[in-house]
Amino acid sequence: MNASDAGIEFSFNRVGAMVRRYWYLLRSSWPRILDLIYWPTVQMLMWGFLQLYVAQNAGFFARAGGVFIGSVLLWDILFRGQLGFSISFLEEMWSRNLANIMMSPLRPAEFISALMIMSVVRLSIGMVPVTMLAVAFFGFNLWSLGLALAAFFVNLILTSWAIGIFVAGLLLRNGMGAESLAWTIMFLFLPLTCVYYPVAVLPVWLQYVAWALPPTYVFEGMRELLISHVFRADLMLEAFAFNVVLFAAASFAFLKLLQSAREQGSLLQTGE
Amino acid sequence: MDAQSTAAVAVDHLVKLYKGVAAVDGISFRLAPGSITGLLGGNGAGKTTTIAMIMGLVMPTSGGVSVLGAHMPAERYRVLHRMNFESPYVDMPTRLTVRQNLSVFAQLYGVADIDARIGELAADLDLTEFLDRPNGKLSAGQKTRVSLAKSLLNKPEVLLLDEPTASLDPDTADWVRSRLEAYRRDNRATVLLASHNMNEVERLCERVIIMKRGRIEDDDTPARLLARYGRETLEEVFLDVARGRGKQREAAQ
Repeated sequence: MNASDAGIEFSFNRVGAMVRRYWYLLRSSWPRILDLIYWPTVQMLMWGFLQLYVAQNAGFFARAGGVFIGSVLLWDILFRGQLGFSISFLEEMWSRNLANIMMSPLRPAEFISALMIMSVVRLSIGMVPVTMLAVAFFGFNLWSLGLALAAFFVNLILTSWAIGIFVAGLLLRNGMGAESLAWTIMFLFLPLTCVYYPVAVLPVWLQYVAWALPPTYVFEGMRELLISHVFRADLMLEAFAFNVVLFAAASFAFLKLLQSAREQGSLLQTGE
Repeated sequence: MDAQSTAAVAVDHLVKLYKGVAAVDGISFRLAPGSITGLLGGNGAGKTTTIAMIMGLVMPTSGGVSVLGAHMPAERYRVLHRMNFESPYVDMPTRLTVRQNLSVFAQLYGVADIDARIGELAADLDLTEFLDRPNGKLSAGQKTRVSLAKSLLNKPEVLLLDEPTASLDPDTADWVRSRLEAYRRDNRATVLLASHNMNEVERLCERVIIMKRGRIEDDDTPARLLARYGRETLEEVFLDVARGRGKQREAAQ
């Protein structure tokens, strides 16, 4: 059996078709585009003003300028990256188009690649204007982090994709009954990955859990950079190693859940 | 060459159990290349599950399906580009225009000249005037024609149709049937048509497989079925099978 017959052939043409499909959808609906920008802006403004208030009343926070805004912007990369992936997938279920897609020659890896591309597209539409607003309102320029930002971004987006892939598998297997997970699963990471506080704040036993999650390294690395002005490449490499494992595990789980969906007949019945 | 290797679709002792209950219970049939076959049965007879297993969307519990020589679902990527399907229970994205939807699917199926193929189908299925209208703004009849266009984009050798004229008015349904007939004739395609509409099956199909509770109750040409049951219409035959009168008659004879 050759690569094509085994389903491991990869066609950029088919990935392009799916990206085109999601792009058509996105540009046809201004509420969808507004939704990408609205909540990150609200979050950034709230945490930015809180930081201003705290900085005026505490010396440490005055020195650690931008930590809260940096945290919320990086958190949004993680959260919105996963949401961008999952919402594009959910669009197929909402429009009852999934059987058309699964019956077409599109391979699972191509489908996932298209969802990853759309996750970055949706994230860019939402985050680029918000980072500009952060400069305008609070003088915090995320882009000035340069290469460090690239390392943070790569690690956060890899985690968001891994979670998105896992959620897509759950949706295939369990139908729309699993939809709420797509919206809420990432909030489990909010306290555990120490977005707004150092890992040392956690009880010791929970610190082990935190250090098993790749985003923890990113948020710790960001604080080191903004407070001590040191870029911790070691933390980024550790995060990347954990991400490789997480991504592989999520892809394996997706394929298993897809197989289970074929066995249970749930690709035809994508309702509740 | 044996029957399996020459059949466009071969179904062998196919079983599908859901939580121990048989949706499809040991059915076998073969579809000759270029044939058009009706799959009849009431709700829950197993028609949709059978078609889903032929498409590779559902994995059989036991038995096997092969399409154009490829075992489904294991070898589905060998043949998915040579087959297609249409069902009123599957939609296309409503916010995309007809042209956008068709062009995305054409690219997925690797159609060579996408614009030309869409133009050809639009002319053939009378879609030209609403090619640039969102799918969600179409009537039920127009949506069915768009779904039919999607199913013909790649000029499939095997076409699976699940109630292609459900919820259509008689005029549109008749129009759709004539297009299906023309496609099958012009392309020598193998068509399997699941339907509740006996007139449709009588008009289109040269062979009818009647399913009940996951099993094949009868399998023959419409003319021979009518003769065997002593009926004038397939609807009467269908009712005989659904109500068990066929078996009673056989027992009496």
